Amino acid sequence: MLRDITIGQHFPGNSPVHRMDPRMKLLLTIAYIIMLFAGSGNMQHPNFAGLAVAAVFLALLYMAAKIPLKVIAKSLKPILPIILFSSVLNLFFLTGEGAPLVQWGFFTIYREGVAYAVMIAVRIVCLIAGTSLLTYTTSPIVLTDAIERLLKPFAKLKLPVHELAMIMTIALRFIPTLIEETEKIMNAQKARGAQLDAGKLKDRVKALVPVLIPLFISAFRRADELATAMECRCYQGGEGRTRLKSLRMQKSDFAMAAVCIAVFILMGVTSWL
Amino acid sequence: MSEMIRAEHLSYVYAPGMPDEHVALDDISFTVQEGEFLGVIGSTGCGKSTLISHFNGINRPTSGKIYINGQDLWSDPSQIRSFRFQVGLVFQYPEYQLFEETVAADIAYGPRNMGLPEEEIQRRVEEAAQFCGIAPHMMEKSPFDLSGGQKRRVAIAGVLAMEPKVLVLDEPAAGLDPEGRDMILGQMKAYHKKTGTTIVLVSHSMEDIAKYADRVLVLSGGKIAMHDTTAAVFARAQELLELGLSVPEVTKVFLRLRQMGLDVPVDVYTVPYAVDMLKKLKENGVAKICAKGENSPC
Repeated sequence: MLRDITIGQHFPGNSPVHRMDPRMKLLLTIAYIIMLFAGSGNMQHPNFAGLAVAAVFLALLYMAAKIPLKVIAKSLKPILPIILFSSVLNLFFLTGEGAPLVQWGFFTIYREGVAYAVMIAVRIVCLIAGTSLLTYTTSPIVLTDAIERLLKPFAKLKLPVHELAMIMTIALRFIPTLIEETEKIMNAQKARGAQLDAGKLKDRVKALVPVLIPLFISAFRRADELATAMECRCYQGGEGRTRLKSLRMQKSDFAMAAVCIAVFILMGVTSWL
Repeated sequence: MSEMIRAEHLSYVYAPGMPDEHVALDDISFTVQEGEFLGVIGSTGCGKSTLISHFNGINRPTSGKIYINGQDLWSDPSQIRSFRFQVGLVFQYPEYQLFEETVAADIAYGPRNMGLPEEEIQRRVEEAAQFCGIAPHMMEKSPFDLSGGQKRRVAIAGVLAMEPKVLVLDEPAAGLDPEGRDMILGQMKAYHKKTGTTIVLVSHSMEDIAKYADRVLVLSGGKIAMHDTTAAVFARAQELLELGLSVPEVTKVFLRLRQMGLDVPVDVYTVPYAVDMLKKLKENGVAKICAKGENSPC
């Protein structure tokens, strides 16, 4: 069900990973993504050592954040088709130098193909698990706060930083609400005999109309109510707005950053070996 | 009378194995007879809504069984849809489920999903509309042009039109003015009397439960705290108050009278019955007691 989607979900906690400054977390996650791609080698020479370093480091962070394995498994489930698709394609279409491992009709599998397919799968898993860790341990509000602060220099270039951050906060804030709403409407229509999960494609698309119309109407109603509520509290944009909790980097944040950067360098170094 | 709903050791857990795991229903067993008007009460978050969405298979029990009319709901999951037509479920704020261009078309959505012939659909739509007090001139209007109370009645009619054997109403009067509330509940009671449909009414209003229900199921923390006739449940007023629930105002009055030392029954929960009791009390010479006491109830 919709409730099972854990991507972007937040699990409150009080671990060192949770307590880290969100700006630092965000920057390190971006660095991690770059290193994951730059340090995992190319088609001919996949760098498994680098990937192993990333995977082990990530596992340690998950343990530190006290997030159960089950949660990660659940968040990976919906992207399983993507992983399989990209792996299988590479498995068949990559031609290597030596003799093929398997030859069956026009399917030929080379050793390089297998290696690359495994590398792609591990890389996607590390990518999703790594970025999920950020959202698991950082509440959406704090995260957009961090984005706003990091983008602040661009405000000089007339970029509406505060507005963008506010749009993001509101969007993130309403994801769970709208999921809940969708589930409620789906249940109500199911109670009237709607078939949402069976039948031909044409029937299924048709069956969605009774869900989408009430959902749109309620989304517009909510947007209207929110706008009124914000105006009632004198919201007038970012100008002169102060924060209840201002972000401050701690020593521990820099320590954590140093550890992460060391690991990233290790990932890079392994690709030279 | 035969058994309509039967729950056996029903349990339901939200997000099992996740950090936010939550046991909503904990080993619940009860039966509801055919033609009964059951009231379900309990404080917010006690599992009322979770329980009723088991009746038509919206929720699948984590463990335990649920039977409707003697049939196990989950013996064949592919046939679950047939139970949706047997048990009509009206969720909280059902007006948010309206989507069709006209009121008539929206009420017809359920019967149409049942695959009924067109004349039969028409008959059911008209009957359901009549039961819910929807005037004929409203039938061709857009449901989005109606008032809140009217929308609510259209949504309920949409479920009634399926002519279910069991009608489950989750807070059907929430957010309505007193007149709208009496109207909807009165119509449901009339429907119950006329068709003999089993009705389950979830409500926070003790007055409404006292007025309409034959039997009451009290839920507390996902468990059944009480399940008895309305009189027997409201006779345990003290326990209800301890569960964070309330009792009808008139029951509170009689509780106070008892505390003052008057010999009044504890199971008074409707106004007509209360009037009878007070008359009887007067005939038996309560005036003497009243004259003596300083905190005279007279």
